[in-house]
Amino acid sequence: MPHPTATRPPEKAPQKGPAPGRRARRPFPSTHRTVLSPYQLNTRWGRRAYWAVLTFIVMLFTAVFVFPFYWMVTGAMKTGEEFAQIPPTYTPPRFTLENYVEAWNLMNLDRFLGNTLFYAFGAWAFALAFDVAAAYALSKLRPFFGNVILLMMLATLMIPPTVLLLPMYLTVKDVPIVNLDLLNTPWAIWLPAVANGFNIFLLKRFFDSVPADLLEAAQLDGASALRILWSVILPVSRPILGVVSIFTVVNVWRDFVWPLLVLQEQDKMTISVGITSLSANTPQNVLVAALVIASLPTIIVFFIFQRHIMVGLTAGGLKG
Amino acid sequence: MAVPQTRAAKGRRFGIIARRNITAYGFLSGALICFALFSWYPMFREVVLSFQENNFVDPPVWVGLENFKSVFQDPAFKSAWVNTGVFTLLALLVGYVIPFMTALVLNELRHARGYLRFVVYLPVMLPPAVSVLLFKWFYDPGPGLFNQVLGLVHLPGLSWLDSTDTALISLVIVSTWMNLGSGTLIYLAALQTVPSELYEAAELDGAGVFRRIRHVTIPQTRLILLVMLLLQVIATMQVFIEPYLLTGGGPEDATVTVVYLMYQYAFNFGNFGGGSALGLMLMIVLMVFSAVYLRVSRDNT
Repeated sequence: MPHPTATRPPEKAPQKGPAPGRRARRPFPSTHRTVLSPYQLNTRWGRRAYWAVLTFIVMLFTAVFVFPFYWMVTGAMKTGEEFAQIPPTYTPPRFTLENYVEAWNLMNLDRFLGNTLFYAFGAWAFALAFDVAAAYALSKLRPFFGNVILLMMLATLMIPPTVLLLPMYLTVKDVPIVNLDLLNTPWAIWLPAVANGFNIFLLKRFFDSVPADLLEAAQLDGASALRILWSVILPVSRPILGVVSIFTVVNVWRDFVWPLLVLQEQDKMTISVGITSLSANTPQNVLVAALVIASLPTIIVFFIFQRHIMVGLTAGGLKG
Repeated sequence: MAVPQTRAAKGRRFGIIARRNITAYGFLSGALICFALFSWYPMFREVVLSFQENNFVDPPVWVGLENFKSVFQDPAFKSAWVNTGVFTLLALLVGYVIPFMTALVLNELRHARGYLRFVVYLPVMLPPAVSVLLFKWFYDPGPGLFNQVLGLVHLPGLSWLDSTDTALISLVIVSTWMNLGSGTLIYLAALQTVPSELYEAAELDGAGVFRRIRHVTIPQTRLILLVMLLLQVIATMQVFIEPYLLTGGGPEDATVTVVYLMYQYAFNFGNFGGGSALGLMLMIVLMVFSAVYLRVSRDNT
């Protein structure tokens, strides 16, 4: 029985759920050999066990990972009374967006969402501009002490930012030399986002792989360093720029501790911190509606960039 | 290159190198400033702070190991380290084994792969604060989802976050739920790189399913398993948001963690010296793990 040993063909992920009624006659597709052999799967008992396990897994995963979302969305449609009722109602009582509207107005969600978007966008712009420029300089211009600088930047990967929270907070509160107070300003989010050793690592490694011939040709034509970066390097670096962009934006969007410390004024807060700060004084059903609204943007982003995120995730996990 | 260089040529060459360096440092400047301010200087400052008494009004006083001593004497100190350790261990038991097993099973399935992958990664896309607040509601001993489900199968409800017995494990459950997806997908990617021939050979040698997993799958994915283990230890030891939002460290310090205690020292008690001392200790511990991690991933790539 021939098994193609190459990796599986690009994701044809059959979306069909288990269809036990239509107990497939045709053999299971054997694109890539795994622990179980195609032969075992195609025996009578193999088939039965397979469908049983599949059904179980689909049900289990739906219960564990999808049901909480269902509970959240429907919970936010309940009135205060129904919300506290024991035993609870399992189907949405009526389709209403009342609580969502109330959460939106009562908790200033537009403000929080707008802030977060602004912080994420700024962090993305700064991180991309500064980190790309730095990685380019380290990879292609190779200045004196370049390797020392690279090593020091990568060394920051060994120290998670959480343990440096206090000195970082103090730095933002009173920036050395210039004595600026950046608390409650977007700079407190944007500038630390640049200091990301992982971005430098990913970008530099990618730039290293850009062939020198390309650059030399441009150099002979008298192109400046900036010109080479812009017209030669960046166009071929799209994939890595995408990964770095997604990481940066998602990090800002998910971060909690840092914005909690540096953006304490109510009208400067991010969505996570804002909802948390108001959670104690908000009726539970309205709070849950706010949670749904807060989770929508990232889930939408996930729908759109699913493939990129997965690629970035596995690249990050394997090579980080 | 033994070409004799004239003075002028040398000068020109020097000019080129100097120009290249100036350009390079121009490109580097933005990142250098940010790294200096928000990474390198804070590392240095953490050490300084932990040996000083500083109220940020009067000039700071060097106090030697005084901060460390007072932190050691705090009864919460021991709880914080024990809780962090137990949390990390439990999170490993649950959050390390389950994703790998999930990935193993998913890798065998020929249907619904897209759906299962999507679903397992869904919680990862929620902002952590949202997941935690969501679970806070589920844990509600009255109308909360968990006790209702337990009631459905005629089990007594638990007091979840309110009891010293269950508080910590409740935090582990949230943490696992929201992080399981990334581990699973990373393992899944690793499993797909295991060569088919090895399984065939093992099968010809008469190895059953479990022995195939033990002698083929695990050795073949050993590197990624090890790397993920270290990454997960490093990540879970920094646990903060769960105790901060769910329990406030209670009941009776049962869920105080090191980072949470550090936060309390600085922002509730205004004691940045003590907080930094804690931060420094955690930093050293995590650096050991990071060093091992770098070692492992470098030796094998």
